[in-house]
Amino acid sequence: MNKAVSRREFLKTSGGVALFIGISGLLPQMISCKNNKEVEKILKKHQLTAWVKLAEDGQITIYNPAAEMGQGSMTSLPVIFAEEMDADWSMISVEFSPQESQIYGSDKWSPNNKVMLTAGSMITYGYYSIMRQAGAQARYILMHSAAEHWKVPMEELSTSNGEVINRRDNKRIGYGNLIPFLNMPDKLPEFSESEFKDPKNYRFIGLDRPRVDIPEKVMGTTQFAIDIQLPEMLYGVLERGNLHGARPTLNNESEILALKGVLKLVPFDYAIGIIAETLEQALAAKELLNISWSESPASGFNSQECYKKYEKIASEKSAGKVITNEGDINRAIKSATKTFSVDFKNDYVCHAQMEPLNAVVQVGTDGNSAEVWVGSQQGFDSKLGVPKYLGIPAENVKINLQYLGGGFGRRSMTDFVLEGTGLAREVAPRPVKLIWTREDDVRYGAYRPLTLQRLHASTDANGKITGFSHCVVGDGGNLVASGIRIDYYDIPNKFAEWREVSEGIRLKHWRSVGHGPNKFAIECMIDEIATYFKKDPAEFRRVLLRNSPRGLATLEKAMAMSDWYSSIADNHAKGISFLERSGTLSTGVCEISVDRKTGKINVHRFWSASDAGIAIQPDNVKAQMEGGILMGISSVLKEQLTVVNGQVQQSNFNDYEILRMSDIPDSVETAIIESREPPRGVGESGTPLVACAIANAFLRLTGKHLRHLPFTPERVLKALNT
Amino acid sequence: MASQSLNINNKTYTLNLNEDTSLLWVLREHLGLTGTKYGCGIALCGSCTIHIDDKPVRACSLRLSGLNKDQKITTIEGLSENGDHPVQEAWVEAQAPQCGYCQSGQIMQAVALLAENPNPTREEIKAYMNGNLCRCGTYLRIVKAIEIAAEKTSVKT
Repeated sequence: MNKAVSRREFLKTSGGVALFIGISGLLPQMISCKNNKEVEKILKKHQLTAWVKLAEDGQITIYNPAAEMGQGSMTSLPVIFAEEMDADWSMISVEFSPQESQIYGSDKWSPNNKVMLTAGSMITYGYYSIMRQAGAQARYILMHSAAEHWKVPMEELSTSNGEVINRRDNKRIGYGNLIPFLNMPDKLPEFSESEFKDPKNYRFIGLDRPRVDIPEKVMGTTQFAIDIQLPEMLYGVLERGNLHGARPTLNNESEILALKGVLKLVPFDYAIGIIAETLEQALAAKELLNISWSESPASGFNSQECYKKYEKIASEKSAGKVITNEGDINRAIKSATKTFSVDFKNDYVCHAQMEPLNAVVQVGTDGNSAEVWVGSQQGFDSKLGVPKYLGIPAENVKINLQYLGGGFGRRSMTDFVLEGTGLAREVAPRPVKLIWTREDDVRYGAYRPLTLQRLHASTDANGKITGFSHCVVGDGGNLVASGIRIDYYDIPNKFAEWREVSEGIRLKHWRSVGHGPNKFAIECMIDEIATYFKKDPAEFRRVLLRNSPRGLATLEKAMAMSDWYSSIADNHAKGISFLERSGTLSTGVCEISVDRKTGKINVHRFWSASDAGIAIQPDNVKAQMEGGILMGISSVLKEQLTVVNGQVQQSNFNDYEILRMSDIPDSVETAIIESREPPRGVGESGTPLVACAIANAFLRLTGKHLRHLPFTPERVLKALNT
Repeated sequence: MASQSLNINNKTYTLNLNEDTSLLWVLREHLGLTGTKYGCGIALCGSCTIHIDDKPVRACSLRLSGLNKDQKITTIEGLSENGDHPVQEAWVEAQAPQCGYCQSGQIMQAVALLAENPNPTREEIKAYMNGNLCRCGTYLRIVKAIEIAAEKTSVKT
């Protein structure tokens, strides 16, 4: 703000102010919130962060820097902020923050690099201290302003539910009423842990505010990117085929261009794009495309036949990239009384988020600016690669983040954003809505990698595990390696490695990433060992977890909840699993039965107990665990994406089935272990509990092994007949 | 292409569109009634569930040519003015939605269920709702919401 402009004048012109809360040592600023560009410019210049708007009527607008894809960030981050600001929750509304990572990023992804990225169940953890600090600083400014206004020492003031109170005379003033008297302190303190609100005075954290996004979601008025309508908007679709990376040659360009409504054909390296006046015209034209596809790196690849090759790779002498190497695994195995060696496999799975990928993009007439409306999990580049794609400065690109109709990792890619940009550039300045059909979404998806995992374990004569070795063979680096560590288990010799293959299939993080397949293999191996030594699998884990009191607490809680030792129906059995994901420790127990005629597994009940640190919104933590567990059941029992000669075989929910209501368990019960530790991730903690818990229950029920995901009826019948 | 009228949410719309156009694109892209969602286009996910004469149907599987002005089309936008239909209120009480994308369709299907069967058993709920997919895994809360709505409406009547 120009210092020559008086505060009164400023208030008259703006009708509201933005409170900009500075990083330690930097002055806070009050500037008009009408001109976003100006705000962003000034903030950048001063390296300040900006989180809250306050209006005269007391309305408070808190910015959410994260994507909202159902995980609840739109409520949980403002809850943390409002707690420290001591705000009146009924006056709060929430908006997505601008996509400006220097202001709204978190450095929890990589030190000294602020990033806006909603992935890895990192948001609550990544913004916990930022939101507390910013909320406490907002409160400080209000108290400072009241102190100056009343001419009393700040020490005599306190706050309560959106008001500053003078403790001496009990005089009160609402936050909104302080706007004419706002007075920025020369220096804004950086609050330390002991200065934050005492948890026993919490009014929001841990006490379940209803989610702010739900009322609109039940009215159908929530705006997803696919719902955007702009004047003069055109529609775009792409045909990408089902052989990833193949290059198209269009054989009937003139025929397509002659179709009613078709304005332009836009070639991409891997696709042919169509721009038309209406969506139905674009889709009709897509159906008529006659394209010849080149070979691609995926040509010749068969997803159900590659495991033999992977087995050979696992048998090679030289190790791949070593991830864990503690103790001496070779010596442990050589000196063991008993050794185990087991292979596990998992096929590809697809995200299949309910909102197919889409983006609305408008490029300026001169090609030098762009505006994007998109449901994105954002990224290391908060402008989603658009500036580079168009060769224009980052500040010329505005990203309008919309609600996401599911993410699960798929929306942390930018392929669809850049496609939309590529189309919009051709018809600038008319905006283009790019829509992927469901078939596009499945065929040209980016899947959780297929892997083979070879596990070795060694024990002494009493069944104590002395060594544990894990080799994963697959494509995608951390996509297949995440979750391979078992630091929480008391095993003296541990080894884990990744051996690379490359198949030319598009891959991406899929809810819980490598944890799904890796924890499946690890936890099944544990049960195989326990079973061999006739030990109870839960008791067996209790010993392994003796150095992890937090882990142990989840185990004991889950055992109690599920009444682990109780007898159940003859044809039912319980299975257990334990794991860490995104800093959260969880134990899962499921109860299953098997139809021995059809090979169908039924999951009747599921229990989970998690230590996720402080639960900001406990009911939302439960919702995330429930959803994660159901998505886990879906992937374990139903989902299988296959590739023949490089070509993806599935295309829609007819051949890529996901869990329907008929197959849900009777109940999913979730417990949260009380904790004062910072909050950790829960969005991906439920999913990987499922495969191992089901397989372990199956082992106890039938004495047979399920070692290849998914557990289709055919595979179950095969296992039963071995 | 011929002029055609439709009655949607008790309002008459006159359209000049190709008669092959799917009702889903008519609603979403031509009329801006975007609460009805596109999920699969082959009537397998239920995201586009609407009512025609109070019966649940998938908008993606209907063409303009198969519709007439005497049919009463209801979308999520026509369910209530302010989101206060008992089923919507039950949805909020159960904190059912996560991403929310499928929920318009879920709610429209549930409203039809309770109109036909005001006190469904859990098995009846599962059977009736089986065509509506939810990828976030909110099924258990959807069941709970339907049970809450059933209980509330049965108390009223």
